[in-house]
Amino acid sequence: MNLGRREFLKGTGALVISFSIPELAFAQGQPDPKLQQLDAWLAVGADGQVTMFCGKVELGTGVQTALAQIVAEELDVAFGRVFMLMGDTALCPNQGPTVGSQTIYRAGPQLRQAAAEARQTLVQLAAPALGAGAEQLTVKDGMVSAPDGKNVSYAELVGGKKISRAFSGTAQPKSPDRHAVVGKAIPRVDLPGKVFGTHAYVQNLRMPGMLHGRVVRPPMPEARLERVDEASVKSLPGNVRVVVKGNFVGVAADREEQAIRAARMLKVQWTQSVELPKMEDMPAFTRATPSQDRVLAANGGVDAALAAASKTHKAQYYVPHQMHASIGPSCAIASVSAESATLWSPTQSSFNLRDAVALVLGMPREKVRLVWVEGSGCYGHNGADDVTADAALMSQALGKPVRVQWMRHDEHGNEPKGVAMVMEVRGGLDAQGNVAAWDYQVWSPGHAGRPAANGPGNVLAGAALGLPDNLLPTGADRNARPTYVFPNSRVTLHLLQSSVLRVSSLRGLGSPQNTFANESFIDELAHAAAADPIEFRIRHLKDERAIAVLEAVAKLAQWSPRPAPRGGRNAGSVTSMGRGVAFVHYDNYSGYAAIALQVQVDRASGKVSVERVAAAHDCGLIVNPDGLKNQIEGNIVQTLSRALLEDVKFDTAKVTSLDWVRYPILRFSDVPDEIAITLINRPDKPSVGAGEPAASPIMAAVANAIFDATGVRLRSVPFTSERVKAALA
Amino acid sequence: MTTITVNGKQHEVAAAPDTPLLYVLRNELELNGPKFGCGLAQCGACTVHIDGKPARSCSVPVSAVKGKVTTVEGLGTPEKPHPLQAAFVAEQAAQCGYCINGMIMTASALLAQNPKPSEQQIRAALDGNLCRCGTHMRILRSVRRAAGGAA
Repeated sequence: MNLGRREFLKGTGALVISFSIPELAFAQGQPDPKLQQLDAWLAVGADGQVTMFCGKVELGTGVQTALAQIVAEELDVAFGRVFMLMGDTALCPNQGPTVGSQTIYRAGPQLRQAAAEARQTLVQLAAPALGAGAEQLTVKDGMVSAPDGKNVSYAELVGGKKISRAFSGTAQPKSPDRHAVVGKAIPRVDLPGKVFGTHAYVQNLRMPGMLHGRVVRPPMPEARLERVDEASVKSLPGNVRVVVKGNFVGVAADREEQAIRAARMLKVQWTQSVELPKMEDMPAFTRATPSQDRVLAANGGVDAALAAASKTHKAQYYVPHQMHASIGPSCAIASVSAESATLWSPTQSSFNLRDAVALVLGMPREKVRLVWVEGSGCYGHNGADDVTADAALMSQALGKPVRVQWMRHDEHGNEPKGVAMVMEVRGGLDAQGNVAAWDYQVWSPGHAGRPAANGPGNVLAGAALGLPDNLLPTGADRNARPTYVFPNSRVTLHLLQSSVLRVSSLRGLGSPQNTFANESFIDELAHAAAADPIEFRIRHLKDERAIAVLEAVAKLAQWSPRPAPRGGRNAGSVTSMGRGVAFVHYDNYSGYAAIALQVQVDRASGKVSVERVAAAHDCGLIVNPDGLKNQIEGNIVQTLSRALLEDVKFDTAKVTSLDWVRYPILRFSDVPDEIAITLINRPDKPSVGAGEPAASPIMAAVANAIFDATGVRLRSVPFTSERVKAALA
Repeated sequence: MTTITVNGKQHEVAAAPDTPLLYVLRNELELNGPKFGCGLAQCGACTVHIDGKPARSCSVPVSAVKGKVTTVEGLGTPEKPHPLQAAFVAEQAAQCGYCINGMIMTASALLAQNPKPSEQQIRAALDGNLCRCGTHMRILRSVRRAAGGAA
């Protein structure tokens, strides 16, 4: 099973470029000590096909296509010749997990450099063959040509031999003005298979002799298993097997429907001592949770400036737990023997999850191979990692390959939720109506509960065995610091030491929540200063790219300046129109996104309809403009859903949002009539990610538009009809 | 043994009569198109046609299937695509693509019955199909394109 890279390449003639990631990262001027010393590989086959071994994976965001564009560009081969082999721990370099809009930003330069190095090597090999100097040669679709017309193909140069080259770091990638493949809207390579029903998701894999497994989970992960009544499923068809280990309970059967029935029928008794707070008490409960407090940024003297301000204002904002809510429940297959284990998993973290599952299985990680296979879109840390460990534990117990797919209630109930956060801002205006003081506080636990060698208990099966978990503080502070420049400001993080529900990374981590507060409050201050919201923002910005996206979105949305909300003028009407704007410089270093949108508020029902959305987006050099627009549209629609509808419900003992009725998401009847996008291409700037930035300003843009429409300020997400109706009453 | 007709071929299936059609399609017939999403007929990822009408295969017992079943594999192929499949590729209307089977099967049933649907009719027909990636605008454009209207 454990086919290594060397075996994989043996027998196939190939030019292999190997390099260590730190070396490469250094060549790019971006040393990253987190990346371990492991070879990365690019192979040019004797048939002219190029295989790029990539540690990053495709999550439905199109990076498989975009990264292949980068490789084809630098190697000077047709796009169709490049095959991306992704996320297999036995074959690919560890480029870190596929998270945080970092794939194009981090892996892009690595693959670009590897491909440039391969091209340089091939041209050097061609020079003596063509009797010309390497600098005189040109390359077109893998054909190297001399000025006299003589040519030789990459395939001929490799000639069935294996040629290994160590990375030299001397190849110069193309300057963007010479790009022919990067920057083009090349259609996604995975899309036809998805449209014709032939694409094999992990949910579609079938192994010989495979059993179907299901898990039986307690109401909360902390519960203790008291008793399993195996007799309750003994008479069911399908050779039902029950797996019990620590607090882990699973069932397996010959057929899938038999396993589902057995999981439903199995009688299990749990004891649970946790008591969850009432949902309506969450903001106060969150603020009262023990925390480690840290001032993230401070300048001037906030307290004195607030005391001296002409006008002061204070507001608290709340965003509840929300979920990834993948359409396909998580699924994985594992084949575990005494000697080795193979996991087929849709994880974002091939290497870290392999390490964690090795600990769950009690095996050295060298014996465990994780083969990434695409699953349903995840938008962060959903149940993909948990289900992989579930399948591994059951396969180990039963000695056969086991496929586990979670049921809908497993996914809704058990996926790690997006974090509930409280933000409070105090601000002061000077006599000229400019911001004189800005005092920001956020209460949030960490957002990074992904499994790794130091956190095998971060998967539910690991926790059920009593292995240690590890919630990293990452994400709580994301976009807590404003991009605006104020003479006196302070940003304080109250990092909570516990969380009410099991939480981990949901798209944007703390950025959508912090941006909701920052971009609502700047709007509130603009109103207090009787200023237009866009003019007021630009007045407090120094970053030219930030100003550029705001100006671009104003133009796209045909924004007309308004120093006061039109709410008053709307009084008495049946529906009220309003427009709102919001902006983010994602994670204070990544992409820029500005959103202006228009809502209609039905004053009788409280229903908010988002009619039109305009977005301006700058993520540096654009690799694939259509793929980029697809991501921006997705960010917008998904976050409109979070803004208008989403709130994970729980009672004192458990999550009760266990299906789509109790956790509604946005439907076709409620998506906007139009989403218009302006892309700002910056060929002179590095490409940064686009998987998250456009999501962050959405909640605030909607709240600001509702304020414009009605004069009523909503500070708690979601803006459901009931909540808006109550606010208007 | 239950006999069902899927994509023009008859199959004898071993599953118990109360087994939802979806598991028979996925595990016995090894079709990848229809997806398990909720098992509750709430999301539409499992949609197939039974005698041309959209049906939630996760919630139809195989023994109750009397008509001819068509899955997305039977709708068209890369060589001979259904106009909707061609439109989805042209509009690049997928991200993860897990819901796309249901979108195409629901929309193709709509177009078969109403070749020139209004915007409101398209949205109403697709309202029971959930997409989490937020690909809705492209899906709507694809249906409009396949209906011969402005995308």
